[in-house]
Amino acid sequence: MGRTLNCKIFRYNPTKENDKPHIDTFYLEETPRLNLFTALSKIREEQAPDLMFDFVCRAGICGSCGMVINGRPTLACRTLTSDLPDTIELFPLPFFKLLGDLSVDTGIWFRDMAERVESWIHTETKFDPIAEEERMNNTLANEIYESERCIECGCCIAGCATAQVFPEFLGAAGLNRIGRFLIDPRDQRGNEEWFELISTDEGIFGCFGMMACDDVCPKDLPLLEVFAHIRQKMTGMTLKTLGGFKS
Amino acid sequence: MKVIATDVLIIGAGLAGERVAIATAKEDLDVIMLSLVPPRRSHSAAAQGGMQASLGNSIMGKGDNPTIHWLDTVRGSDWGCDQEVARIFVDNAPIAMREMAHYGVPWNRVVGGPQDVFIKSKKTRIEEDYEKEGLITARAFGGTAKWRTCYTADGTGHTVLYAMDNMAVQLGIDVHDRMEAMRLIHDNGRCLGAVTRSLRDGEIVVYLSKSTVLATGGYGRLYGISTNAVINEGTGSWLALQTGIVPLANMEAVQFHPTGIVPTDILVTEGCRGDGGTLLDVDEYRFMPDYEPEKQELASRDVVSRRMMEHIKKGKGVKSPYGDHLWLDLRHLGEEHLKTKLREVYDICMYFIGVNPIKELVPVRPTQHYSMGGIRVNKDGHAYGMKGLFAVGEVANWDMHGFNRLGGNSLAETVVAGMIVGKCVAEYTKNTSLKTDVALAETFTQKELDKITQLLNGSGNENVYQLENEIADALHHNVGIFRNGGELDEGVAKLKEVVKRTKNVKVRTSSSGMNPELSSALRIEGKAKQALIIAMGALNRTESRGAHYREDYPARDDANWLNRTLSRWPEGAEEPVFDYELVGVLDLPPGDRGYGGGEQIPMKIDLEEYNNRVDQDQTVKGRLKPVESTGIRLPKEAWKEAE
Repeated sequence: MGRTLNCKIFRYNPTKENDKPHIDTFYLEETPRLNLFTALSKIREEQAPDLMFDFVCRAGICGSCGMVINGRPTLACRTLTSDLPDTIELFPLPFFKLLGDLSVDTGIWFRDMAERVESWIHTETKFDPIAEEERMNNTLANEIYESERCIECGCCIAGCATAQVFPEFLGAAGLNRIGRFLIDPRDQRGNEEWFELISTDEGIFGCFGMMACDDVCPKDLPLLEVFAHIRQKMTGMTLKTLGGFKS
Repeated sequence: MKVIATDVLIIGAGLAGERVAIATAKEDLDVIMLSLVPPRRSHSAAAQGGMQASLGNSIMGKGDNPTIHWLDTVRGSDWGCDQEVARIFVDNAPIAMREMAHYGVPWNRVVGGPQDVFIKSKKTRIEEDYEKEGLITARAFGGTAKWRTCYTADGTGHTVLYAMDNMAVQLGIDVHDRMEAMRLIHDNGRCLGAVTRSLRDGEIVVYLSKSTVLATGGYGRLYGISTNAVINEGTGSWLALQTGIVPLANMEAVQFHPTGIVPTDILVTEGCRGDGGTLLDVDEYRFMPDYEPEKQELASRDVVSRRMMEHIKKGKGVKSPYGDHLWLDLRHLGEEHLKTKLREVYDICMYFIGVNPIKELVPVRPTQHYSMGGIRVNKDGHAYGMKGLFAVGEVANWDMHGFNRLGGNSLAETVVAGMIVGKCVAEYTKNTSLKTDVALAETFTQKELDKITQLLNGSGNENVYQLENEIADALHHNVGIFRNGGELDEGVAKLKEVVKRTKNVKVRTSSSGMNPELSSALRIEGKAKQALIIAMGALNRTESRGAHYREDYPARDDANWLNRTLSRWPEGAEEPVFDYELVGVLDLPPGDRGYGGGEQIPMKIDLEEYNNRVDQDQTVKGRLKPVESTGIRLPKEAWKEAE
């Protein structure tokens, strides 16, 4: 026989007058291979029709369902209840604006981040529809893809100590985005532009190096390597700016 | 009533919608995109395998060209597609891939020299051309003569969507996310905007626009068991149907993908088989070569799905608590391949079903995956019967897919159609003035407000989730991979009842804010009505074509059914109305697909007579005049050279 799960879920509807944050407890019979997408959908269908949460792809690809599950920010869709104890505590991701219950507004934050780091290829080259594409080494293409795999779930920001006290910090997601364009030869941003973006408290200086981001990232992005690369690049730029050494 | 005016209103911010947004914003038009979710969470992001374009850079794609791609596409469609639209698509696909490279997509590239790959499950050494080193490479997919599917590992939709959205951010295009369109505002055959509801706080907002573009994706979620994201509920096609004027086309053409994993129904890409994965039965026997000696696991999706079900019906499935399934064997591809080129697949198997594909077999079965049907548009993407309304991507029936689309052709369609239709939208919008009829907007808004009041305070007793399950059940059991008159009759009867019952839905909580139950309740009428159209369309069509397979009519009937289903739901009517139009100008005469077997009943009239009727017939059925005349983009008999 399956277990009875004891789901303690954070509830708060900011649009409702006099509503106060509280915990509701729901009991649910565990079925084989039950994940939190199915579990929460069931609770909504059967017990709490007004329960707010976000799922889209329910396959660990779209990044919608980040939440704090028994103290750890991660994707709910691919969390199996069989990996959790009888009591499951669910909280919305901290840091982001709360829309209600387990739903937070990650979209606005990530759009703002994209604008701040100018998350696009900076190039003067015009697209020529009849020309052959610019060539790229496949190893480099794979390296870019490695950083590009970020799904903007927000778990790294929710787990980041700096971000909690200094909301302007770009966080692992923002730094990783910078790292992605930094290695892309199609992006023609010069050293000064990169330097301005990276060498601030919002950028790499904001990072205390506790690396909770690396610990919680559901896509296992190589954040340590990305940060190291950014620091290295910055040091190189600093030396060049000082003019004393060749990097 | 909050009113926002714009030049172009785009509903849906996946790849197709964003590409149209970029095309129109670059023409200095004001553009607003509405989306149920932040754009990067759109279902485009979940596409894994790749995009077809005949770049021909890999040695396995050598000699490829748009004509060969076109032949594969027309045959794949089982001659149900519009051959001119398919041609426009194949001609522009290579440009679109290169443009996406320019936007920043890290396409996998050709590596010169010897490479070990799997061809028909045999390890084979190929020599990639050093001269092509660094150009965009491709992998094999089903139903194709060449390796033509461009990819970034198995995260192609993700990287292309991120590159596209980066461009949208760069251009400063406004996105209003967590907004749901409820109704189109239209007058005298012209679309004037939409009534929308915020999923943040329930606020009603009216958008008035010169042109409105629907890019909301498919209706796969109606089936309940589907590889689709939970937001693919046919919301855009419902907006069109609700007008009573714009027809939905070929709604019965529903694709089942051979490899949804069991349980959870998450997709693992066709790239698994393209890269050499095989299908095994309960005895771990590779059965596909017995059914399809030529294409084997890489026949078109409709054929592979049917062969799998046929094999299961012979008792060769693997029993499980979730029903019978078959196995996908990836073990021979090796750890490195699975952890790089098929990394998402590896993660999905590990996280969701605890199967390690490096060492273990993956349980799979055919699962609802794609909607070939959708809002009928002309080749400019302009909706039938409604000026200023456009549709693009999966929500549209542009019609390059006919009754079966090839893997890798829909992700490519989003960016190619977005580019083509985007140009037409820009042109139309520049020559149109904004019509701000606030009184009319209020009338349409009031209808939605009344509906909300009825759902919250009415005397109904139906539970919306119960009805959703009944719709899914009827489609799944009565309108699945194998169809027959008896089961379809039963399905139609069930769904007619459900349509009636949607009038008595009662929402249990009147909470403010996003109120998820109210949101579901507002969608249920559209879901029920579209489900009924799928079932009735399938019952009416007494032939087998592509994904639509009738056990009682197994032949493809080109004498009577070489046509496209059009369905409308006139305002106030109890039932939908069906009509049929010619599929378009035929250049490749109907013939055998080269896989799948089956009999074909030949056309009664000759090609020329058929083609002469097309323009007149489609005009009568509501098609707006396209910018260019019919058939002009279809070079006559170009295929003869490729054969």
